[in-house]
Amino acid sequence: MPFTPPKESYNGKIFELGLGNGEKAVAIGGENVLSFHGFEGSTPRKPVIALEVQDIVPDDWPQTVREVYKDVYGDPVAWAVYCQDNLGAEAIALRLAGTHPDRGDISAEQAAETVKKVLAAIKVPLIILGSNHAEKDTAVLVKTAEAAKGSNCAIGKAQEANYKTIAAAAMANDLKLIAMSELDINLSKQLNILITQMGFDREKLITDPMCSALSYGLEYTYSVMERIKLAALAQNDPVLQPPMLADVGMYVWKVKETQAPEADLPEWGALAERGIAWEAVTASSFLISGAELLIMRHPAAVEAVKKFIAEMEV
Amino acid sequence: MLIIGEKLSIIAKRVREAMFKKDKGPIQEIAKAQWNAGARMIDANIGPAEDGGEELMEWMVRTIQEAVPSPICLDTTNSKAIEAGLKAHDNQWGRALINSTSNDPERFPILELAAKYNCQVIGLTVGKGGLPADAEERCGIAAEIMARAMEYGVPLEDLYLDPLVLQIATSQDHAMHVIKAIKMFQELNDPAMKTVVGLSNISNGCPKHVRPLMNRQYFALLMYHGLSSAIADAVELSEIAKTMDVIMGKTLYAHSYLEM
Repeated sequence: MPFTPPKESYNGKIFELGLGNGEKAVAIGGENVLSFHGFEGSTPRKPVIALEVQDIVPDDWPQTVREVYKDVYGDPVAWAVYCQDNLGAEAIALRLAGTHPDRGDISAEQAAETVKKVLAAIKVPLIILGSNHAEKDTAVLVKTAEAAKGSNCAIGKAQEANYKTIAAAAMANDLKLIAMSELDINLSKQLNILITQMGFDREKLITDPMCSALSYGLEYTYSVMERIKLAALAQNDPVLQPPMLADVGMYVWKVKETQAPEADLPEWGALAERGIAWEAVTASSFLISGAELLIMRHPAAVEAVKKFIAEMEV
Repeated sequence: MLIIGEKLSIIAKRVREAMFKKDKGPIQEIAKAQWNAGARMIDANIGPAEDGGEELMEWMVRTIQEAVPSPICLDTTNSKAIEAGLKAHDNQWGRALINSTSNDPERFPILELAAKYNCQVIGLTVGKGGLPADAEERCGIAAEIMARAMEYGVPLEDLYLDPLVLQIATSQDHAMHVIKAIKMFQELNDPAMKTVVGLSNISNGCPKHVRPLMNRQYFALLMYHGLSSAIADAVELSEIAKTMDVIMGKTLYAHSYLEM
């Protein structure tokens, strides 16, 4: 008798969420099964990978990844165009790192100008990220949301401390909103409830349960994502049905394994290869746990993850 | 947990007056309050309705469904009134539920209606000869009702077994018999039989301030033991139902879970 694999079916479905306009617009979500379980149901959209661009010289990035962007960094417009045209990015995540009070304290107005210029230069969808300084992000994301009105961008991250202002700005400018909580499934649900209680459409939300790198708490993020996905599908919990984001690059490219030189740790192997592998393995793990949107830094890691997606979908 | 909003009963003075005057206002207001509190079916209890029952049930079904997108539980002993209600019932939000058939031969024809109109039906586990003594007797009657339902062509998935909740003030032993019956009913078939109770009967006859407490506490216990639906006041139970869903792991906890 031939083997028939058991099939699960679920009552719930992840919201399908579109980003950007025109022919380069993308959509994520829409599935009613766990990741890569297309044989059990419907997976209308592939995961999308955005390449990260910053508004300042990324002097905290290790050499392996800085090397890729050495001709363009310092100029966010050139950098974004490079990612789109030369590296084939499906989306750009512009992190306004320079607005952080400790990293230049660039004004909200200036950040909004940068956003406008980047938007004018690219066709692929944009994700606008603050500097993760809850107070400064409030000002920066309000201004940049106004600058991005009508672009169908995602902005973030709205957190417990600042979600009201940022969600209102996203709502006023018809943008998608990334809601981030700190590695706690119940707080993640709570934040989504609070944001929707303001009248924000839950179908325009992206949940960021907070990322982490391989061997630096990856299993926590993995487990939270998996439980969110199961609550969305098996318990049909609409609050947890927005697609999920894994902001991979910023967590990976600061850990020791992506920075320690070969001279110090020869048994760890080639540094460049190691860093790329670290980002690829972290990212593909989160695709399995349920992320629909990734933000990454190294194009070789992106390529490896895309190959992984293609193989998993067979 | 399906809560069947119970507040539209001819026993309540305000409802009775509205029924007699065909005044839609109070009926629709109560139906909306039940719906908003989480009831996903509305009970229309018109009593024995010997005179004008058909017309009354038809009017109730239309009046309620004008106000809320909900199926109706047709609660009367008048089978002609039930049939009139079934004809008027709009199935787009789910099928109607008849309350009820039982082991009393006079109530057998209700199963014919359920089969004819492809609706759901409550099987009250009582016979002609008085009240069941314990859970085991309720199960024996349930088995007979199930066999009869199949005979009449009513699928077991469409049958809700009701163990008959009695008043705590007069029949204290039965509170636990009913809980045990809810557990046993589920085992009578695979997939498990659906169950329903007329919840507020537990506190019937109790002082007014005791009633909500008694209803809620009993409801929580029944939910824990697998009860699938209750004819009850959704406004009174909504917080308990949500809390039990959280405790039993059916929904994920968040600080604002009561507001969802």
